[in-house]
Amino acid sequence: MKKQLLGLAALLAASVFSASVAGAQEREVHVYNWSDYIDETILTDFTKETGIKVVYDVFDSNEVVETKLLAGGSGYDVVVPTGPFLARQIQAGVFQKLDKSKLPNLVNMWPQVSDRLAKYDPGNQYAVNYMWGTTGIGINVDKVKKALGDNVPLDSWDVLFKPENAKKLKSCGINILDASDETFAIAMNYIGKNPDSKDTKDLEAGGKVYQAIRPYAKTFNSSAYINDLANGDICITIGWSGDIVQAKTRAEKANNGVNIDFIIPKEGTYMWFDNLAIPADAKNVAEAHEFINYLMKPEVIAKASNYVQYANGNLASQKFVDKEVLGNPNIYPPEDVVKRLFTISPYGPKEQRVLNRVWTQIKTGK
Amino acid sequence: MAASSDTAPKTNAKTTGDDGGHSAGLSRWLVVAIPYLWLAIFFVAPFLIIFKISLSDTAIAIPPYTPVFEGFGAIGDFVSQLDFENYVFLTDDPLYIEAYISSLKIALVSTVLLLIVGYPMALAMARASSTIRPTLVMLVILPFWTSFLIRVYAWIGILKPDGLLTLLLHAIGLMGPDDQVQIFRTDTAVYIGMVYSYLPFMVLPLYSALEKMDHSLIEAANDLGCPPWKAFWKITFPLSLPGVIAGSMICFIPITGEFVIPDLLGGADTLMIGKTLWTEFFGNRDWPLASAVAVVLLVLLVVPIMVFQNQQKKVA
Repeated sequence: MKKQLLGLAALLAASVFSASVAGAQEREVHVYNWSDYIDETILTDFTKETGIKVVYDVFDSNEVVETKLLAGGSGYDVVVPTGPFLARQIQAGVFQKLDKSKLPNLVNMWPQVSDRLAKYDPGNQYAVNYMWGTTGIGINVDKVKKALGDNVPLDSWDVLFKPENAKKLKSCGINILDASDETFAIAMNYIGKNPDSKDTKDLEAGGKVYQAIRPYAKTFNSSAYINDLANGDICITIGWSGDIVQAKTRAEKANNGVNIDFIIPKEGTYMWFDNLAIPADAKNVAEAHEFINYLMKPEVIAKASNYVQYANGNLASQKFVDKEVLGNPNIYPPEDVVKRLFTISPYGPKEQRVLNRVWTQIKTGK
Repeated sequence: MAASSDTAPKTNAKTTGDDGGHSAGLSRWLVVAIPYLWLAIFFVAPFLIIFKISLSDTAIAIPPYTPVFEGFGAIGDFVSQLDFENYVFLTDDPLYIEAYISSLKIALVSTVLLLIVGYPMALAMARASSTIRPTLVMLVILPFWTSFLIRVYAWIGILKPDGLLTLLLHAIGLMGPDDQVQIFRTDTAVYIGMVYSYLPFMVLPLYSALEKMDHSLIEAANDLGCPPWKAFWKITFPLSLPGVIAGSMICFIPITGEFVIPDLLGGADTLMIGKTLWTEFFGNRDWPLASAVAVVLLVLLVVPIMVFQNQQKKVA
């Protein structure tokens, strides 16, 4: 045991030493991004081109990122928060304004996306879009049709939110995305309320949609559902566009006869944006700008989109994006579908408490 | 904070140091001061910080609460902004009370299960020949060589519907090929994870109590015609009681606040205070309320700790 400790101490000392040596010579950028969210060759290419070493770290929930940023001294130079989180973090003073003179590739950005992003970041001063997508329904087409009949319309939230449908889908497995801010907006929109409402009554009414189908839901998660859907363990889920497309790809590769589709329901759904921003206490500000500027190169961000199967906010990149990705209406939805998508503003502390209180009640089935 | 608590042993040491020579005084001073200093830095100071945050209000800022301590100049203003609002909120909402009760229930059931599984193990180890005892103790400690997190993850691989347990039951024909084990993401999985993870903490105190026991007492009982089962209840069990209490406390206290096991193995309906605390801290960004939840949890656990201390004193 003692020997082990000594070994550990030596290792630790060595790594501290090498880090301090590296600091003297090498330029670094510390990036904190969502898991499975980049083609890693982009990082090695960036290092080759600029000599800047990328220290890449991943997370799987906005909440974890936010807590690290609010505690201060996170040590990251580039982070990737989603819209409403970005807005609140800007308000808390977490980020620094981007130096646009160091970001010449901004000309490539897509005004339609930047304008929507301005709802969270007025004037686009703090962040540039990385990827965007929608939250819709992922289904195992054959199993859902078997449970509900061939003629069931699949283009509506009814397929999941009507208790009589959910009851029939119970045996083949329902997952509900564990992201309360989005799921409530979707439910409020479904019952004809304003999806951006922060009124307690509206939030509780949105909660009732889930309470009604709670007895039939199998799981509440926002990462394991990709595999569950691909393996046929669940047949329907609320999910993020790229995740469902990934599940479809995995099922096709496994050749297991699972036929998956992603649906943007006709009632409309939530449109989200993941964005690159620089914390106020970042140590490598110049390198962070270089990294963000590199990701705005059309051919680079197109490579990322081709890999992760999400749309990006870079208009010039579209001629480099694969036809299967650009032509997929679930990834790059057509104009009339985009009109039905909505965004939401951040929740205040009291509203967030009501929201998560109702959500916990739903999840625990109390 | 740290300064005020280590002055107490310092003055003590000075008076004793005068009678007993310089070096003896110094070493005695060190012996007394180090544990106090440890306690002050790693328990009292963090607790006071948490307690202070629990009296604050949330804010959209870094750090996400207000007021923030800014020196003694503005201390009056600082103190006037603190209140017990968060504690009132805790009692208002049945969620927290249910979560505390559910955690205590899970901890109690797990501890009883641990005793049932751990006692025979400890007894067998204590009765084993003295040549293999060190090996047996080593085997109990061995799981610690792998990360706790990885061991809990391994249980996912065993318990999930298409996992190793299902495969095993299919192979030996106890389960039809179309059936699957439905344990993963239920309370049963949580209990399995708890018993597995905490077993060494139960077995080792039991073993050390049982090992010290004088075996001739049992021989005497048997010679006098006492049946083995009765001898166990009349002699072995009462003598092992300090080990039973120590093991139970060491397991019960951390299980009550456990987060990792219910999060990884439990279902959406597994309600435990560790998960509630996570939601308050991360989901709601409500550090003050999360701190209040933590303080109440600490107070709840002080009761069993005091029972434990009392028992230790009796033994000593």
